[in-house]
Amino acid sequence: MNYFQLFQLPAGFDVDLTELGTRYLELQRNFHPDNFATASERDRMMAVQQAANINDAYHSLKQPLLRAEHLLALRGVKLSHEQRSFTDTAFLMQQMELREQLADIQDAADPDDLIAQTEQQITEQRKLLLKLLAGTLAANNPEQDLLAADIIRKLKFFFKLQHELELIEQQLQD
Amino acid sequence: MALLQIAEPGQSAAPHQHKLAAGIDLGTTNSLVATVRSGEAKTLANQQGEDMVPSVVRYTLDGVIVGKQAQADAALDPHNTIISVKRLMGRGFQETLKQSQHLPYDLVDQQGLVAINTVRGVKNPVEVSAEILVTLADTASQTLGGELNGVVITVPAYFDDAQRQATKDAASLAGLNVLRLLNEPTAAALAYGLDSGQEGVVAVYDLGGGTFDISVLRLKRGVFEVLATGGDSALGGDDFDHLIVDWLQQKTGIAELSHQTLRQFLQLARQLKEQLTTQLSVSFVVEHSSGQSELTLSRAEFDDLITALVRKTIRACKQTLRDADITAEDVAQVVLVGGSTRVPLVRHLVGEFFGQTPLTSIDPDKVVALGAAIQANVLVGNKSDTDTLLLDVIPLSLGLETMGGLVEKIIPRNTIIPVARAQEFTTFKDGQTAMSMHVLQGERELVSDCRSLAQFNLTGIPPMAAGGAHIRVTFQVDADGLLSVTAQEKSTLVSASIQVKPSYGLSDNQIAEMIQSSMQFARQDMQQRLLREQQVEASRVWEAVSVAIGVDAHLLDAAEVIDIEAALHQLKQLSEGDDTAAIKAAIEHTNHLTDEFAARRMDNSIRQALQGHKVDEV
Repeated sequence: MNYFQLFQLPAGFDVDLTELGTRYLELQRNFHPDNFATASERDRMMAVQQAANINDAYHSLKQPLLRAEHLLALRGVKLSHEQRSFTDTAFLMQQMELREQLADIQDAADPDDLIAQTEQQITEQRKLLLKLLAGTLAANNPEQDLLAADIIRKLKFFFKLQHELELIEQQLQD
Repeated sequence: MALLQIAEPGQSAAPHQHKLAAGIDLGTTNSLVATVRSGEAKTLANQQGEDMVPSVVRYTLDGVIVGKQAQADAALDPHNTIISVKRLMGRGFQETLKQSQHLPYDLVDQQGLVAINTVRGVKNPVEVSAEILVTLADTASQTLGGELNGVVITVPAYFDDAQRQATKDAASLAGLNVLRLLNEPTAAALAYGLDSGQEGVVAVYDLGGGTFDISVLRLKRGVFEVLATGGDSALGGDDFDHLIVDWLQQKTGIAELSHQTLRQFLQLARQLKEQLTTQLSVSFVVEHSSGQSELTLSRAEFDDLITALVRKTIRACKQTLRDADITAEDVAQVVLVGGSTRVPLVRHLVGEFFGQTPLTSIDPDKVVALGAAIQANVLVGNKSDTDTLLLDVIPLSLGLETMGGLVEKIIPRNTIIPVARAQEFTTFKDGQTAMSMHVLQGERELVSDCRSLAQFNLTGIPPMAAGGAHIRVTFQVDADGLLSVTAQEKSTLVSASIQVKPSYGLSDNQIAEMIQSSMQFARQDMQQRLLREQQVEASRVWEAVSVAIGVDAHLLDAAEVIDIEAALHQLKQLSEGDDTAAIKAAIEHTNHLTDEFAARRMDNSIRQALQGHKVDEV
């Protein structure tokens, strides 16, 4: 299923999120199962499936990483089916350093400061990679698409780091 | 909205027929029924003039008593008088034993589920709840002068699948057509939102008798979007009562409370709690087996007793705001729901946490039923021009057991429903021909810490090398928050599917048996009921397909139209007779004939939905 087509938006990495939200709500107003409360059983089941599809599509286009993955899938590049290992040692080193930094937070003299520092580093890297990703996807050719897939994999590491950082922050607050 | 009105009853032969619909708040302590009349939602009173029916059911040799009288009898007959049955919905026997030491009932294990031994035999929570629902539906039917076409029943947003399923089963047993299970906070926001045209982020803090819910919703032009929900399905005002009982026991020095004294103390505790909402201290005399005690409970002492519990709710608020990715300052309004929010300490701590005085302009005991009535009126088709859209989320993550007793999450909590997600699994042994699936709900990583919803087997997998078979498991959650799971081996298309019922729910057959065995429902002949259900479904199918052909005949070729019209004709004729099986077969035949047509219409209407689209339309 082409999610861009569903929302009648141009297939690209840059998506107008307000427009996406508006169209999403318009579709749900038509297909949410509440419109079918007194319908026949078959029609109700169809409505549930349709509304689930619309929700899934919205979920996928809303988040940049899932959106990029969907775009690549439409172009025939599937991340999960591709076994490429990282050769970018600089990236791996950077990840290890950030992980060590995360581990240090608990015992740091000023944990809040270290959290803020780490967060800033992660955010910067993420921004950088997202910009690169937008560029490679805009090129729309197979070679750049493979590069884009690599960038997505790297971004996933950063999103995971961000998530772990939030968990650590919560633990400290509680 | 003109696109898929195959489903709108408003398009049928009698477009302006007003349907009877009601909203039911099936509460832990009290239950209410409400309806919309002359455009306004109102709760309905029974013949005694009361709209709040205590959720108490007493079984006697002569019959079943529900409500106020049953509550009055509770101290006399604790074993047969079921109070707060909502806390037992969808619960296992073992976990009930562990969690509730205070229950005065003779609990029995009914295939893993908890049930209660009464003078009228073993009754499970679904049956007890059905008695309450029947009482409320009778009140509504009598007031409105006819049988209800449909009801909306509210459930705590935090209810898991087993608890939701049990609620729906109870409605089914009571012979009610459920239009929707609606989350209580959404119902409350609906009641407030439509009244005041409120926009922005709203937090609904709902502390009832036995459950606590906190939900964060975004209201915008008719859209009620649940951003996050949290809470505790086993925490409520009843726990305050039990803490007062513990205090009474300590002050009176009674070593072990008999069932009767426990009931007496519980009633006293409830009174004290209520008095302390307006008074700073209450002095009273309590008579008991070892004499008489003169006691005083001050509000400050009461506050001390319950502070830990109230703080627990505030922690849940914190977590839920985090899940919604907002802070307390972003909340424009706080709505209080549930009788226990009358407790001054609750109001104080909630107000302090959110930095504002919470809204209480609608009676916190009635607000949920009123919201449910508003939605029931919309869903039954009385108000087709509405632009309300309720986007709910799943309150607890759903997953499957994987190697080592771990849970793999398939749908994380706070995902918008309806939702369908699939995951692939593979065999781990050479020649493996079966695979067992264990469906769980909860946030923890270990199987033992989550709620077990169901276990089932996928058999007939062709023998392959380990990792050779690809089993795709799909979880689908509908708008009521009810899960169904299907599993399929991809290369051979061997499939298995379940409505998640086996370990914590009742099968359709069990419900049918319960209807038949229940004296209360004997007047409703089972055969008659099944016939009526099929007739209703037949008329829905007939209406839907007739309208569809009228609008979209161009999507069919001439031969298809002739076939479908013949099927419709036959369906109509049969549905006027009394052959249940023949009507069922005709429905299936018509559905089968029109499956492709319905799919084409759906595709077509999706394409059309956004055409001529303008941003300011939504």
